[in-house]
Amino acid sequence: MSVPFGLDPGWLILLKSLVIFVFLVLVTLFTIWLERRIVARMQMRIGPNRVGPFGLVQGLADGVKLALKQDIIPALADRSVFILAPIISATTCFIAFAVIPLGPTVSIFGTWTNLQLTDFPVAVLFVLAIASIGIYGIVLAGWSSGSTYPLLGALRSSAQMISYEIAMGLSLVAVFLYAGSMSTSEIVSAQQNVWYVVLLLPSFVIYATSMVGETNRAPFDLPEAEGELVGGFHTEYSSLKFALFFLAEYINMVTVSALATTLFLGGWRAPAPISTIWEGANSGWWPLVWFVAKLFAFIFVFIWLRGTLPRLRYDQFMKFGWKVLIPVSLVWIVIVATARALRQSANVDSSSLLVVVGVILTILVVLSFVLDAMISRRMPSEIEPEPEFDAFAGGFPVPPLPGQKLPTPAASAQTISSTEGDSRG
Amino acid sequence: MSAGETFAFWVLAILAVGGAIGMLLSRKAVHSALWIALTMVSLAVVYLINAAPFLSMVQIIVYTGAVMMLFLFVLMLIGVDAADSLVETIKGQRLAAVLVGIGFGLLLLAGVGGLTVNEIKGLDAATSQAGGNLEAVAQLIFGRYVLAFEVTSALLITAAVGAIVYTHRERLVGKPTQAMISRARFTSVTAPRSPMPAPGVFANHNAVDTPALLPDGSPALDSVPAPFQVEEARTFTTADGRVITAVYPEGDDK
Repeated sequence: MSVPFGLDPGWLILLKSLVIFVFLVLVTLFTIWLERRIVARMQMRIGPNRVGPFGLVQGLADGVKLALKQDIIPALADRSVFILAPIISATTCFIAFAVIPLGPTVSIFGTWTNLQLTDFPVAVLFVLAIASIGIYGIVLAGWSSGSTYPLLGALRSSAQMISYEIAMGLSLVAVFLYAGSMSTSEIVSAQQNVWYVVLLLPSFVIYATSMVGETNRAPFDLPEAEGELVGGFHTEYSSLKFALFFLAEYINMVTVSALATTLFLGGWRAPAPISTIWEGANSGWWPLVWFVAKLFAFIFVFIWLRGTLPRLRYDQFMKFGWKVLIPVSLVWIVIVATARALRQSANVDSSSLLVVVGVILTILVVLSFVLDAMISRRMPSEIEPEPEFDAFAGGFPVPPLPGQKLPTPAASAQTISSTEGDSRG
Repeated sequence: MSAGETFAFWVLAILAVGGAIGMLLSRKAVHSALWIALTMVSLAVVYLINAAPFLSMVQIIVYTGAVMMLFLFVLMLIGVDAADSLVETIKGQRLAAVLVGIGFGLLLLAGVGGLTVNEIKGLDAATSQAGGNLEAVAQLIFGRYVLAFEVTSALLITAAVGAIVYTHRERLVGKPTQAMISRARFTSVTAPRSPMPAPGVFANHNAVDTPALLPDGSPALDSVPAPFQVEEARTFTTADGRVITAVYPEGDDK
């Protein structure tokens, strides 16, 4: 039984919005506790275990304490923007969850409805759009603080989020091609037989990497690199305003995990052995269990990464995003699109396509071996030694041609170091 | 228009026009940029309720998320103020701007007015024929207008590559590694081998521009970073009441 979207009665829309809000806040509280306990376990500590059973209410206690702290607005801050920034961050992160399908059609007080606030043909783009508005919160927070570290942190953070959003968007293209839709509920129903993590593994790997960068989490938490930037964009924030940023960070983590679940892990569908044994696993309220389980699997990986990996250097991180993730996903999109076009318009079935590609690859590999053997059989004297690159040929500075290597700067190291010594002194 | 659409229109119209007016009246450039962002998001919601969801999302992602963010970056890094750009650099620019603005306003009025007088024909038919809003847009971009689309993207890429070529500086000599710098420092005669002395902490001075004291009581001039070495003589009082005078030799070490 399927119900179209946009026909819910008003009270049901309000109820769903409220439930999503409460769900996200509770998940945030639970995730904070989970993170502290798991990281503590990984570091041979115990973690919070005083407030409530297993320390479960520690997050709530910390939240109350944070909210009651003194609220400071720096003298040089731009007051209106300083207050606006955390509000933008916190509201946008809640909005994105509106299009995440939590389950199939269920009956709520006798009304049949989808377990999803709303859906429309470009729902996944909606999540990306909201994320790009969320960046405003961070940029404005850094700028309006009127201080150097937050500004640097904000610029870093937004540059990072914008670059990784590109890789993220590109990794979704293959999913759109296979599902034939950008609507989240249709993408889930397109994964009835096989999840896209199996079909489109490279896309999933790229998405999973970029979602860590997108949420500013370790090992990509450069905007908050304590050793370099104090606290990054939120250095000057305290009390409730800081709490809003904290909340936004955790809810963003939940949202990207939920999107990953929806797009690659079959959304609310039961994992493979369960759905074959048990007919009812994909109907009623049970799918909510599978969804939350997958969500927390992602969150666990987030925490695991934080407990395991050291932080990257900023230039390495940007290089990785622009020179590895984006080109790889572009090539992957071309491969997926070509395979699909061949299958659909040229009526080539996938097995013969794979055979043809395999034959071509084999021929290429064999050819490269043969060529290598032929080249190495030539006498070494036949290969002319490359003349060393002269940066000042003819008395003028000339840049190297492609393939030429820069000379080692042994001669110039002396001058460089002595100027550096001067600038410090 | 249905009741809900009318309500949404009035809310969004007030927000969009308010954003535009706020952008004109703001004294700070960053505030202006924020007001424009508000107008853009309001317009995106207008597109959404007028059956153009794809356009709406593109409006937010491209204009609010990318173009406006680029403006914000520039404004924040360069720090443009209202006081900066009051002088007319091109002669007759204001007059021309007013004339072109009025002309554009008239054109807009005629175009939008025509739409409200005449019914929009064939939008639903065209959308349903293609099988949805997104599909209809895709068919037009990658079907009928594919050449224009590709030429535009080639133009944009050329512009981006051109900008990179103009600003890129070719290295003539490889970058010195950390080991090389260290070796050069220790083989050099003049460069200091140890870290530079830290600035001084006195009774009434504790800042980076305060020189430290050498064992003989004279100020260690190189404990102050070059940008803070001022031309005039400066005096500092130490904890035991001695008065130190630091004078940096003119033109040295800068």
